[in-house]
Amino acid sequence: MPIKPEEVRWVAPPRMGLWERLYIPAVLQGLGTTLSHMVRPAVTQQFPDEEPKLPPNYRGVHRLNRDEQGRVKCVACYLCATACPAHCIDIVAAPSPWPDREKYPEIFVIDELRCIYCGMCEEACPVDAIELTTLYDLTGLTRREMLFDKEKLLSVYDQTAAAGTDPPRTRRGRLGPASEPLVPINQLGPSSGVGANAAHPSDNRTDSERAVAAKASSEA
Amino acid sequence: MSLLVTFVIIVVVMTAILGINSYLILLERKTAAWIQDRVGPNRVGFDLGLPFLKRLTGGFHFWGLGQPIADGLKFLFKEQVVPAHVDKVLYFVAPCVAVITALLSFAVVPFGPTPTSANPDVFPFVIAPNIDIGIVFVFAVSSLAVYAIILGGWASNNKYSMIGALRSSAQIISYEIPLGLSILVVAMMTGSLNLEKIVARQAEDGFFGWNIWFQPLAWLIFFTAALAETNRLPFDLPECEQELVGGFHTEYSAIKFVMFFLGEYTHMITVSYLTAILFFGGWHFPFIAEGDSTYPGATAVKILVLAGKAALFIFFIMVLRWSLPRFRYDQLMRLAWIVLIPLGLLNLVFAMFVRHWELSRWWLLPISVVLFVAAGLIGTLVSTQEKRVIGHAHQA
Repeated sequence: MPIKPEEVRWVAPPRMGLWERLYIPAVLQGLGTTLSHMVRPAVTQQFPDEEPKLPPNYRGVHRLNRDEQGRVKCVACYLCATACPAHCIDIVAAPSPWPDREKYPEIFVIDELRCIYCGMCEEACPVDAIELTTLYDLTGLTRREMLFDKEKLLSVYDQTAAAGTDPPRTRRGRLGPASEPLVPINQLGPSSGVGANAAHPSDNRTDSERAVAAKASSEA
Repeated sequence: MSLLVTFVIIVVVMTAILGINSYLILLERKTAAWIQDRVGPNRVGFDLGLPFLKRLTGGFHFWGLGQPIADGLKFLFKEQVVPAHVDKVLYFVAPCVAVITALLSFAVVPFGPTPTSANPDVFPFVIAPNIDIGIVFVFAVSSLAVYAIILGGWASNNKYSMIGALRSSAQIISYEIPLGLSILVVAMMTGSLNLEKIVARQAEDGFFGWNIWFQPLAWLIFFTAALAETNRLPFDLPECEQELVGGFHTEYSAIKFVMFFLGEYTHMITVSYLTAILFFGGWHFPFIAEGDSTYPGATAVKILVLAGKAALFIFFIMVLRWSLPRFRYDQLMRLAWIVLIPLGLLNLVFAMFVRHWELSRWWLLPISVVLFVAAGLIGTLVSTQEKRVIGHAHQA
């Protein structure tokens, strides 16, 4: 559809007076600006010599958190792998050797080259097992080297926990919201003992209802 | 003067120019960095990143002073890429023309003390002394540099190179005229085209004999036109990176690209020396380098004074690069043809009046200022707002 001439509003450049038409004052003004910048201190960070000051919520290399007993916190629920837009998380679940959970990750690999560091895995994780740290300068000689497996991700946890550079959103040492029972154990009634609800025997709500409740309890 | 001395001078001057050129590129990058609140190249020391040299220098950076050497070596040993579609002969001739013309034009430019009436027997620090058409020779040869650009752009067989080359030819032809007009005034006041005589005249008259006091307008025209001649910003339309991906040297790489660069930077040195010589008294400086100063080391001081003045202009050109945006092509042409050429002509006419009636030279200072302000006034009065319409609104 053509634009009607009456709908067009021309914006005219301001008319130049004699002072502007001489141009030299404007050129001198411009030179003044550039020369004033020459004497200012540089904003450059000399990277290898000088570490950048990153904000604490920077999203760098992942880590897999440990619980209080030093075991991997992950329950191999695949929520992070499902949430991952880059499909860089590869998990193989196995029956848990510990009584307090059903599954644990036998293999947990993140392709750090494929990852886009969006932090959605961290948001998806119901037990706060996966977190992004402030480590940023990861390098490797091969692509294979950049596939971080479970041991490596746990060692990142050990390193960052020892260095005291936990992300500000961390819940390490405490259990995540989904792993906490909704009702204290001693108040539970007789078990209904069906399928997925086995972990919470009295809980016969649907999954979505529980998710809402879990969210509410985590916000509380 | 014996042939041997001339040869020695040629070798020394050419080597010095090439060495200074490479460090000017570092200075250019450093200036750019400082103006943009950055640090600039500061990593490459004289070890050039080579392990066996690193042991000698202890890994010290030397504030990046090894950068030009590393760059030069890189360009030398780089693969010589010759695109399949180029005109092979002209493609190789073009960068040679760029370097040859740039270096040749420096032949008549004095770079140190030259004879004056007070001490006429001084050794002339110029490759080819006593050339009476000196300044004409400089611009005759350096305007041949446009062939390098046109041949390079044509031989590259690439539309961007071609556009750059065409722009360059039109630009250089246009700006030769104001350049010539501004120099004519200086030549007329001295009565000679010989650069040594132009310096001697200013040196004999002292600080207030420098031509800039009588010809600020001619200096302005000269400097503007010279920037256009050297293809420096704000007149670098032949090679603007953003529109023409480098213009005439898009298809050039390795040592051939360096030769274009050397040509441009040598041109810049020549222009800066000429500015100092024509308008700022050459090697003359009050008290320390007068026409009759013969104290020991006076020669070195005079060479340094002239080099310092030239360095100041080179630095000015570099700062100007980051201060002014590039001209649009019609603005470029308008500036040359309807501003600089009429101004230069009027300035020449008034200088003729002053010479003819043998008035004081100081009349030329107010005349310059009045001409300049009058040009601005005319620009203000005649500027009209064009009536703009949408094309298809009328067709509908």
